[in-house]
Amino acid sequence: MEARTQNGVVLTLDHVTIKFGGLVAVNDFCLDIRKGELVGLIGPNGAGKTTVFNIVTGQYAPTSGRVLFEGQDITGWRPDLVAAAGIARTFQNVRLFTGLTVLDNVLVSQHLRLKSSFLSAAFRLPSYAKEDAEARARGMDLLQRVGLADLAREQAGSLPYGQQRRLEIARALATNPRLLLLDEPAAGMNPEETTQLMKFICRIRDEFGLTVFLIEHDMRLVMGICERIRVIDYGVSIAEGTPQEIQSDPGVIAAYLGEEED
Amino acid sequence: MTLETLIQQLMNGISLGSLYALIAIGYTMVYGILRLINFAHSDIFMVGAYFAFFFVAVFHLPWAVSAILAVVLTAAVGMIVDRAAYRPVRNAPRISALITAVGVSFFLENLGLVTVGARPKAFQRPDVMSKVVPIGPAAVSGVSIWVPILSLALLALLLFIVHRTKVGMAMRSVSTDIETTRLMGVDVDRVISYTFAIGSALAAAGGIMWACKYPQINPLMGIYPGWKAFTAAVVGGIGNITGAMIGGFLIGLVEIMTVAVLPGLSGYRDGIIFTLLLVFLLIRPTGILGEPLKEKV
Repeated sequence: MEARTQNGVVLTLDHVTIKFGGLVAVNDFCLDIRKGELVGLIGPNGAGKTTVFNIVTGQYAPTSGRVLFEGQDITGWRPDLVAAAGIARTFQNVRLFTGLTVLDNVLVSQHLRLKSSFLSAAFRLPSYAKEDAEARARGMDLLQRVGLADLAREQAGSLPYGQQRRLEIARALATNPRLLLLDEPAAGMNPEETTQLMKFICRIRDEFGLTVFLIEHDMRLVMGICERIRVIDYGVSIAEGTPQEIQSDPGVIAAYLGEEED
Repeated sequence: MTLETLIQQLMNGISLGSLYALIAIGYTMVYGILRLINFAHSDIFMVGAYFAFFFVAVFHLPWAVSAILAVVLTAAVGMIVDRAAYRPVRNAPRISALITAVGVSFFLENLGLVTVGARPKAFQRPDVMSKVVPIGPAAVSGVSIWVPILSLALLALLLFIVHRTKVGMAMRSVSTDIETTRLMGVDVDRVISYTFAIGSALAAAGGIMWACKYPQINPLMGIYPGWKAFTAAVVGGIGNITGAMIGGFLIGLVEIMTVAVLPGLSGYRDGIIFTLLLVFLLIRPTGILGEPLKEKV
């Protein structure tokens, strides 16, 4: 496909529009994200940021337009197939499998990768036991890398909030994504935790070879780590640029603070 | 009451309760995942009993083979019901799925009436089930011994599947958050399909053992056991597997013991159970083990 040749574009949103009844939630949205980039999506509440994520992950099918991942048209794919293709996400409000252990949370995504059938699992055949052990080892390795290995046996719901956020990212990483979508990762964090999170995001991007697309209200985080920022309001892109450019853009200031009347 | 009748009635209650528990699992698992009361579940129970009846009485297969074949086939019927009736309305409002479930229930009952007829059939139970076993001073029928043993073995197998296998883990994650499980790359429809298979297999096992206990089967035989198992699932805390087991044994014991202690009330045994359902719905709708309701965002 043409996009693959365009110098490592990972995600392309091509004139994406989605309507819910009469409401145009996202209007004619175009965006290219290149491999390894860290791109921020900001905008006032209700601007349609999370809707953009939901379209990328297949939770919503766009009314028109296309979504390309590594050159492949994934518009309208089922969410599990999009995940298998290499896109993972986290949520604005943490959505862990609270009743499962920390380790099991990262193992859920291994489910599809296991070749063993249901019966061999039920009867614990050697082939299953081997795969199971490998999956556990991979899960523990991942928890080690995000600093949650000590908590592997705890119930996910019992972790402190900051750790839950970290686990949610680890769980997303467990699907082996190449593109990671983070929806307000710093929501509810204090400045100290946010600083740690910023380092964490940069570290996992390098370690796991990720491309990161994130939504965030915390301007310190967005301005601190994003290389490129897109601003939307009422579903329409109103600006794009480096953190410096965005901070001085009159359209952005107007969208956030409201326009001055003359 | 003499010790002898007490032991007999206790065994009777436990065996009835273990059957309710087996059926209640199917209600509670489907509810836990889809928030759907699968009204057709009681008829799946009936289908299981009929399959076993046909394999034994018509094809003259050995008992164990018939029972296993019946369980496997009934599991398949459960998967077909999900695929044909419930999956098409998965994204429809919840009330549509509920009405579909009532429709499937009527369909299966009437399909039974048309194909095998309304006349009850005598169910030949294996000899071990009718043999009388002495326990202390009491003589207890084989059914009351074997049904709880087999049921407990199946319940243990179920807990193993749910807590120790990948499919079980997927079921638990789907029941917490179906959308997020999808985003983990899990084919949720397949997990739901397995859930129906397991629930239906247990219902079939329950149906076969029920027919051993009350050896007359008819196409409407599932209705009352179904409602009582549903009561058990609610009392235990709907959506909670352990709760359904506890609820099942509780309902079975309450039903048998009220009649044993107050024989004058034997005509009201169903009424007593359904009163219990209403009381729980009014006072503790989340059941014994259920968590307080929280609205999903």
